[in-house]
Amino acid sequence: MFHSIRLFVLSVMNIVQSNYTIMGNSLSQSSLTKKYVVALAGLFLITFLFVHLAINLLLLLPATDTFNVAAHFMGTNIIIKVFEVVLFSGIFIHIIYSLIVQVQNWMARPVRYKLENWSHTSPFSKFMIHTSVIIFIFLVFHLIEFYIETKFLGQIADVVIDGESYPDMGLKVITAFKIPIVVIGYILSFIVLGFHLHHGFQSAFQSLGLNHTKYTPTIKLLSTAVSIILAVGFIIIPLAIYFGNY
Amino acid sequence: MNIKLKIWRQENSKVKGKFIDYVLDNVSPGMSFLEMLDALNTKLIQEGGSPVAFEHDCREGICGSCGLYINGRPHGPGEKSTTCELHMRSFKDGDTIIVEPWRAKAFPVIRDLIVDRSGFDEILKAGGFISVNAGAAPEANSILVNKEVSEEAFDVATCIGCGACVAACKNASAMLFVSAKISQLAILPQGKVEAAQRVQAMVAKMDELGFGNCTNTYACEAECPKGIKVINIARMNREFFTAKVVSQKTT
Repeated sequence: MFHSIRLFVLSVMNIVQSNYTIMGNSLSQSSLTKKYVVALAGLFLITFLFVHLAINLLLLLPATDTFNVAAHFMGTNIIIKVFEVVLFSGIFIHIIYSLIVQVQNWMARPVRYKLENWSHTSPFSKFMIHTSVIIFIFLVFHLIEFYIETKFLGQIADVVIDGESYPDMGLKVITAFKIPIVVIGYILSFIVLGFHLHHGFQSAFQSLGLNHTKYTPTIKLLSTAVSIILAVGFIIIPLAIYFGNY
Repeated sequence: MNIKLKIWRQENSKVKGKFIDYVLDNVSPGMSFLEMLDALNTKLIQEGGSPVAFEHDCREGICGSCGLYINGRPHGPGEKSTTCELHMRSFKDGDTIIVEPWRAKAFPVIRDLIVDRSGFDEILKAGGFISVNAGAAPEANSILVNKEVSEEAFDVATCIGCGACVAACKNASAMLFVSAKISQLAILPQGKVEAAQRVQAMVAKMDELGFGNCTNTYACEAECPKGIKVINIARMNREFFTAKVVSQKTT
């Protein structure tokens, strides 16, 4: 499937290229500038994932009250709301720049090898575009379910905690995580995210020029740790809810 | 040994190429890969066919001319060796060997297995030089260079510009080559004068020629016959960043 997408994109780009010498600002930027942008946006998104994980882990508490209050805070606090714009820009920039880089990379090898090489490299690094597509599909479902439906469509019940009314996000999550297909899809998405970050985290440092014989081994260990902590952290929540008494 | 070959044949850059199958008997395990191709060409000429065009010069791994993509790897099986250093003992009797040219938009096929690597020369011309005083040779020890630094610069300077990094990279990126050429000058005091200008000019030329972007897969490092390290790519990224930030010129 990717091969046909690749061929389609290449033919479109060839038409575009023959008509415009420079297509927009982002395409004419240096290959290295694009690397910095993808790396910085990626690192920023990782910090966000840690915050998101911390709040999600509150679901594992016996009552959903703390989670609901935290979710309400994240959805209403003015500083967080400003950061929401930054976050969406971060996601957008990371995706757009990665796509530009990917298309240029496909264009750099118009005729492919009959037998592709499998050098001694990190296997995850070869599938960043593939893993990103799965993560993107997850993100679309996730945003529809927990952002658009609750924020704009108001399809959510209220719960009263300490005399104040909050949207019952906890109940919504728990209901979702009682559906086997949701749990499976969620777990698979986060395994894929783990693969993506295993390469992505340490790769961002290299892109920013931070490769050093003394520190890079530690950065690579950190990359493994970050990918495992985030993937496992997010995965235990649906498992606990599905198999536990929530 | 009896060897089956699938070789890419292409008349020139304008026409489409295709794989042609050949069978070669009496291949000695002691033959180098290029000698095996010589034997094939002798046979083809005797049979009235056209010989397979491939590039070679020193045949001792230092000129960077030979470069064939053999069984899915630049310079074939074996670590840190060029095609000319590859011997037929690396294959078994009856093996099928697929031989392709380097494949990159920036390396158009001239004929069969020969590609046009003049893009590398263009990149070097863009900034791979230093300014020195003309006239008598300067006193050797007037500029002091730390031993480790000089060795590091020499290690990077062993790049032979064969293009295996571009061939190995899934993005056909030339960043290992370019970063090696930037690094060998940037880490020595003599290269500091033009450092900021050099990195910007060479990266710009690399982009212009249509090489891909680096996605840190490091196939280049794994396949480089001279063992050039990707830490040089990080150095290039760093040099470029500081050059862009510090530079007075808006580009």
